[in-house]
Amino acid sequence: MRTNFRRSRRMMALAAVAALTTSLLAGCAKDAKDGSSDDAGGGNGKGKITLTVGTYGVFGYKQAGLYDEYMKLHPDINIKENVTTRTDVYWPKVLTRLQAGSGTDDIQAIEIGNITEAVQTQADKFVDMSKYVDKSQWLDWKNAQATTKDGKLIGLGTDIGPMAICYRKDLLQKAGLPTDRDKLAQMWKGDWAKYVDVGKQYMKKAPKGTKFVDSAASVYNAALGGGADRYYDKDGNVIWDKSQGVKKSWDVAMTVATSDMSAKLKQFDPTWDQGYANASFATVACPAWMIGYIEQKSGDSGKGNWDVAAAPTASNWGGSWIGVPNAGKHQKEAIALAKWLTDPAQQEKVFSKQASFPSTPSAYPNLKPAADTTAYFSNAPLTQIFSDSAKTIPTQIFGIKDQPMTTAITDVGILQVEQKGKTPAEGWNAAAKEIKDVLGQ
Amino acid sequence: MTSSNEALAHSASSAEAAPGTPPGAARGAHGRGGPAADSWRSRLYRWDMKGSPYAFVAPFFILFGAFTLVPLLYTAWYSLHNVQLSSLDHQTWTGLDNYRNLLSSDFFWNALKNTFTIGVLSTVPQLLAALGLAHLLNYRLRGSTVWRVVMLTPYATSVAAATLVFTLLYSWDGGMINWLLHFAGVGPVNWRESDWGSQFAVSSIVVWRWTGYNALIYLAAMQAIPADLYESAAIDGANRWQQFRHVTVPQLRPTILFTVVVSTIGATQLFGEPLLFGGVSGSKGGSEHQYQTLGLYMYDQGWIVGNLGKASAIAWSMFLILLIIAAVNLLLTRRLRKSQ
Repeated sequence: MRTNFRRSRRMMALAAVAALTTSLLAGCAKDAKDGSSDDAGGGNGKGKITLTVGTYGVFGYKQAGLYDEYMKLHPDINIKENVTTRTDVYWPKVLTRLQAGSGTDDIQAIEIGNITEAVQTQADKFVDMSKYVDKSQWLDWKNAQATTKDGKLIGLGTDIGPMAICYRKDLLQKAGLPTDRDKLAQMWKGDWAKYVDVGKQYMKKAPKGTKFVDSAASVYNAALGGGADRYYDKDGNVIWDKSQGVKKSWDVAMTVATSDMSAKLKQFDPTWDQGYANASFATVACPAWMIGYIEQKSGDSGKGNWDVAAAPTASNWGGSWIGVPNAGKHQKEAIALAKWLTDPAQQEKVFSKQASFPSTPSAYPNLKPAADTTAYFSNAPLTQIFSDSAKTIPTQIFGIKDQPMTTAITDVGILQVEQKGKTPAEGWNAAAKEIKDVLGQ
Repeated sequence: MTSSNEALAHSASSAEAAPGTPPGAARGAHGRGGPAADSWRSRLYRWDMKGSPYAFVAPFFILFGAFTLVPLLYTAWYSLHNVQLSSLDHQTWTGLDNYRNLLSSDFFWNALKNTFTIGVLSTVPQLLAALGLAHLLNYRLRGSTVWRVVMLTPYATSVAAATLVFTLLYSWDGGMINWLLHFAGVGPVNWRESDWGSQFAVSSIVVWRWTGYNALIYLAAMQAIPADLYESAAIDGANRWQQFRHVTVPQLRPTILFTVVVSTIGATQLFGEPLLFGGVSGSKGGSEHQYQTLGLYMYDQGWIVGNLGKASAIAWSMFLILLIIAAVNLLLTRRLRKSQ
């Protein structure tokens, strides 16, 4: 008995060591693959090439079955998607790999917050796509954002984020406001300040425990996304403290932050998700890609209660490109795949699965949102609303540090006013200090 | 010749790693017999004796060099340059500018202060609670293994999972903690945005995760304390509390010192909990940086702002702070040893 016990103990230890070793080895193996994507396939006589696509979040390619479809069309090609969930983890990794000249995926996604940095500092690391595609397929402003001064197109547009206002009919009705999407759109047409005025009306008779919007930061974001000027001028100079777009959006956000119409949530926090589930706010500025998110987080209780109206001004939030790094081993095949993935026909398919809105206008007449999504949002003409917005979005000028500057304003400046009861002036100064830190001043 | 023969036998047996092999197994070599071969074998044996230990310890030192030493030195090099994440090739020498920049940065001092306060807020209650728990576990208990395993469970959960749950508990609107406070007649606290509230919240995650771990270390040390010390104390009429104060604690002193040092190092490097507690833009550590630790500030400068030079300077400052902690620890240990 005793010896048995000891032997089993030894076996356990052995098993533990073995498990550890294999997991370590597995870790190494995975890393190696991750590090040099070409190891996996590499056209080694068998004729099968593995292309890797590096993305963040949900791009919808896999979900819409595009990879499978492409592999069926091209039996010699195998596609693997490497997903890094968080953009703030994804982008630094891509930057270092691009500069090291190795370890990049064959296709690398670029987010709107990083596109200017990519255009201005990494253009020589990407294939010039303008030689391979008909640029007129895409919205002009979408191309413009990915084009260098000397006309090099470093990425092909995937989705964009045209903005609308998603609202809960049941809450608006209880607050004595119209629930018809056209009437609402008319009430706030042309100015985000009017939207905030509707909010003030809502708060007079607000159902208990509910607010008009999810956060002041989301209103700032939406308003800023509709103006041509942001933090930089077209020569790349920082003008954030003089920018009309920033000032107007800030003022609107301040009205929200100081008038108790905000649920004071932080977008994409777990508590924000809870806010959807508990119906604690009546409206939210929603880019097309947020449609699926709302449906998922609100769950069954929101079905048929949500509706969509046009936003005060045409506005864009988010969107991406896919580029082909020079360091990739299979450039020719990667270019072909990137072209195919961003083709209007494919963007249509992604939209019907994932509600990511195409950046190719020729796809708009054929867009078909998923049937249950349409039903969820009270049969609102989603396609119509978003395409109208998409076509009138101005070409926005982005700068290298656009993303951290927005974070400084929303997550420092606005949050201090909204949640810590600081005055708008104090909030602005705090944001300014933060931005100076970001700019290294 | 005899000695080399012996060596032969040894090397043969050691090479085959079978202790039972008779010395005659080396006969083949003997048959070939040249003195050159003999001395080759003996030399091999000597190399084996001298070299093998180094070969055995080498993997650690190679890994240490590759993943610790080189990055450490490279970081030092970076910290003397202006290096942007988006242009790693263009490094311009700036001397000590990054450090000067840090010393004049409010954000750095704020992070240093936060690291200290969160460190105290988490380390002190954590170690006190661990000591108490270990003392309780040291009694004869039914199912003591179960208790001990349960103690270690928080440590086994991932930081991410634990922080996610705590973030929900502490959410200012509808979180469980504010809900409980409401019954106690206290208004809702904005745990993430208030200064002390947020630091307390972050500390509580650390305390929750590490208390059991430290308790088990204390428990191990307590069980090494000879039982007769307690017996004689009991004979002298000492109650349990007096036994704890006058027997257990003095006996545990080196262990306590060890846990203090390890926890302090952990607190200096605190990163995951505040990052995840902050949610989407966690690296800021709140809108007023109220719980931004040095680790977070480094991450923010390096990977969000993209200023790798300054981030490296922060990393080296942290390293120097840890060296100071280590030196203080050394002094204390010496003191302690002298006093005993």
